[in-house]
Amino acid sequence: MQKTFTLAAGLFLATQAVAQTPVLTVYAPDYFVSEWGPGPKIEALFEADCACDLQFKPGDLLPRVLLEGARTEADVVIGLNTDVTRRARASGLFAPHDVDLSALTLPVDWTDEVFVPFNYSHTAFVYNTERLQEAPDSFAALLEAPDDLRLIIQDPRSSVSGLALVLWMQAVFGDEAEAAWAQLAPKIVTVTRGWSEAYGLFTDGEADMVLSYTTSPAYHLIAEGDDTKKAAIFPEGHYFMVELAAKLAGTDQPDLADAFLSFILSEPFQSMIGTGNWSIPAALPQKDWPEGFQALDLPETVLFYSEAEAAALRDPAIEAWRRALSR
Amino acid sequence: MLELDRVRVTRDGFSLGADMQLRRGQRVAVLGASGAGKSTLLDVVAGFQPVAAGRVLWDEADLTRHPPQDRPVAMLFQDQNLFPHLSVDRNLALALRPDGGRLSAPQQQARAQALARVGLEGLGGRKPGSLSGGQQARAALARVLLQARPVLALDEPFGALGPALKAEMLALVAEVAAELDALVLLVTHAPEDARAFATDVMLVADGQTHPPRATRAFFADPPAAFRRYAGDA
Amino acid sequence: MAARALALGAGSVLALAVLAPLGAVIWRAEGVAALRAADLAALRFTLWQALLSALASCLLAVPVARALARRRFAGRGALVALMGAPFILPVIVAILGLLAVFGQNGVLSRVSLALGGPRLDIYGLHGVVLAHVFFNLPLAVRMLLQGWLAVPAERYRLAATLRLSARARFRVLDAPVIRAVLPGAFAVIFVICLSSFAVALTLGGGPRATTVELAIYQAMRFDFDLGRAAALGLVQLSLALGAGALALWLSRGAGFGAGLDRTTPRHEPPARLDTLWIALAALFLMLPLGMVVARGLPGLMSIGADTWRAAGHSLLVALGSTLLCLAWALPLSTPRGAWAGLAAIALSPLVLGTGLFLMLRPFVNPFAWALPVTGFVNALMALPFVLRILTPEAQTIRQDFGRLRATYGLTGRAWLLNVFLPRLRRPLGFAAGLTAALAMGDLGVIALFADPDRATLPLQVYRLMGSYQMEAAAGAALLLMALSLGLFWLCDRGGRVDVGA
Repeated sequence: MQKTFTLAAGLFLATQAVAQTPVLTVYAPDYFVSEWGPGPKIEALFEADCACDLQFKPGDLLPRVLLEGARTEADVVIGLNTDVTRRARASGLFAPHDVDLSALTLPVDWTDEVFVPFNYSHTAFVYNTERLQEAPDSFAALLEAPDDLRLIIQDPRSSVSGLALVLWMQAVFGDEAEAAWAQLAPKIVTVTRGWSEAYGLFTDGEADMVLSYTTSPAYHLIAEGDDTKKAAIFPEGHYFMVELAAKLAGTDQPDLADAFLSFILSEPFQSMIGTGNWSIPAALPQKDWPEGFQALDLPETVLFYSEAEAAALRDPAIEAWRRALSR
Repeated sequence: MLELDRVRVTRDGFSLGADMQLRRGQRVAVLGASGAGKSTLLDVVAGFQPVAAGRVLWDEADLTRHPPQDRPVAMLFQDQNLFPHLSVDRNLALALRPDGGRLSAPQQQARAQALARVGLEGLGGRKPGSLSGGQQARAALARVLLQARPVLALDEPFGALGPALKAEMLALVAEVAAELDALVLLVTHAPEDARAFATDVMLVADGQTHPPRATRAFFADPPAAFRRYAGDA
Repeated sequence: MAARALALGAGSVLALAVLAPLGAVIWRAEGVAALRAADLAALRFTLWQALLSALASCLLAVPVARALARRRFAGRGALVALMGAPFILPVIVAILGLLAVFGQNGVLSRVSLALGGPRLDIYGLHGVVLAHVFFNLPLAVRMLLQGWLAVPAERYRLAATLRLSARARFRVLDAPVIRAVLPGAFAVIFVICLSSFAVALTLGGGPRATTVELAIYQAMRFDFDLGRAAALGLVQLSLALGAGALALWLSRGAGFGAGLDRTTPRHEPPARLDTLWIALAALFLMLPLGMVVARGLPGLMSIGADTWRAAGHSLLVALGSTLLCLAWALPLSTPRGAWAGLAAIALSPLVLGTGLFLMLRPFVNPFAWALPVTGFVNALMALPFVLRILTPEAQTIRQDFGRLRATYGLTGRAWLLNVFLPRLRRPLGFAAGLTAALAMGDLGVIALFADPDRATLPLQVYRLMGSYQMEAAAGAALLLMALSLGLFWLCDRGGRVDVGA
């Protein structure tokens, strides 16, 4: 009896101790949490002042939240892409934020009530200057390039960047997209499931150009001191890719969740995220970007579909891609 | 007493009947042409062959539905009478302790005696594959001796041995059976085995098992079915 | 009987493990959705590539396994052990290894260019088949080899005594082995290839090579259309079970009698082409593995604490999976059981993972359960292979010694410990090694259950690649391959100590 009591008391005290440090559960993409991803840095910065315990749960984001429904333990989801915002919004599982978006320095207008952007980039074909002396200087030139120019892209049905490419082609070529794909098809060595496979093959020399981001060269420049990787910049414009965070409506830590969303636009986070996630900070003037980012070639024209437009275009655009590449 | 009460077996269009009583101490040779159903008869007794009709009884108890391991029968097959990957000692240990447990001191002694009885002293550590054919047969007999079941069913177990060795083994079987006061059923197609070994002879022919007759009487006046397949032996 | 009850129990757990997650997904989706036209095209391609891949793997395995069964040479053991390697590599690593050899910038292309020839074009249906043969040929070879080694040496002596011609020997000795083993191997490989996704897409060169699994992925992760995912999962399951039924029918009633375990050498004249077959197979399998090693060596230096921790988790999962899988497989190692075992890989891993997640979620925190779930799923995924490996010999043991067992009156326990397991040791060791290695390499369903502190090594490889750490990822992949092979070698060897030939 005495023992039971002591045990119960111990358990009670233990729960009290846990309760004193509130836990903020954040769902994040898998690569976030490796020692090379931004997760550990974000955790350290945020925990420095929040008197809380930030716990990343890596893996699937929206599919997982949708499966869990209102009972999800996530308080915040970070790393969402624009292709899922419509579906996420419609689920009613996410709550509006109260973050001041005026500090944003995105190349597009962003006034979303639910999703807060924290870094961005653009789709781009990345190449190695030692292998490819003269990269095509426009999308049209890429289509016209000889067929021995070898490209690797990602599948729009299984990869975010692959989907962005399909929308990019749509934005540049409109009704001619399928014909443009047909012109591109002979140059496409293969289509991979995700970005990692494609980029791995590119660094192994399997292709001259790979579908990646305008910010990829920054990694090689800053982390490896290698300036041979470049993104080919096309005057037709590049598709805008942004990563977002949002608060769950059913969070049991609404204040912490709000604090976290504000934190991702704060200066400490924004100065870190460039080299932390190899993307351009969403709320930091260009002069404050990390040094390697200043040297990046960036597009003049940025293409972007609203979520309603993208949703309407997605299926036909993928179908056009499939038809053209299946010939 | 083993009783086959109006037993009938049918298999793939083949049918065999048997109706008889056999006592402990009898050594019965089962004779018959190839394919007549000699082995089938043994399988019925040992429980490997289910019967279509009739009953198998041992001392009045109905065994018909009992699986082989629950019958008072130890069997020697044409080959594979020991587990080839286990030493003779281990094989004999399993005969004494089918649950795989360790042998008690008296059991170990019994095993040593059985080995000696069949003339295999000192060979217990060998695996069957490293023994000669005769030694393998002896080891198998030691197994039967240790199993100490009241019925021994032998399905041409020494077919691979030479005539002299075979006669020697049969004599050993007779001794072992006498020690156990067991009923022996020996399937063979060699009438001379039956003459040398059996107290009684039973003929399997034409889908029917003839009731056993004393060996001398049998060979003095063999049934027509036996003469047909054995010539005028 | 107890064995029957155990088999029924193990079978029911298997059925539950496959059907319950599928049921959970259908229930959550509130029904099954109709398929689209593109899905039918995917279905056609999936079937076609799986058929060709399984056929090629099986046909090529026959001469290779035959040569390995009759040849003794230095390094044979190592070669046979290394054969386990392709099977266990994470897909992404294997793709990079394969393309480093067969790709446009691969070793072969460079050799060809240097000789004035064209670049190799690996992308297309032939590339898909090549990759699947790379993964599965070793499996088929090992299964066949196991079958040949199980033929009693007496049969070879007999054949030698009879001076059978090569042709007659093939009919008498080899054909029965092939007939007993190959249909099962074919079915297993066919079913694995059914759920191929990244390999088929990448080596296939684009959307022409769309498989059902990709459609499931799209439905699940991109469209959140669980109903369509469930419908596709059902299609995949039925195809796999159909293949299994066919294999069962083809391999019925094959097998050899018992021998006396003589360790006399086999009397077989080696065929002239043996060396060529062995050399070709070794080259085909070893070159891409060599590239994985070459790519990984520089990265070994940059293996961090995270990666070591992940390696520890993977080892733990591998050991747990192996024990669970063997305990599960033993009662099921009958022809019927082996057929049922196919169900375990017949279900799309994505559907399985999502279903398990839906089932566990109300009761436990899926994150905390990441490793046990991974171990369980890996055991499940390895089950059909293990059954394929164990069943022919388990069945032979039962047939050869069933009567002897009955006449001894052995209890179930004594039979298991004294006869069944010792006689099954060689395939058991192989099966354990394969499970352990598979469990090391399989990414399984961890995506929904991942935990930052409980990553497995394959997941770590993906995480590193996702953060531009291509070199560190290659190092981690090499570590993974080394650990998997080490485990495989240990178990496989454990099964072969003291067993002659």
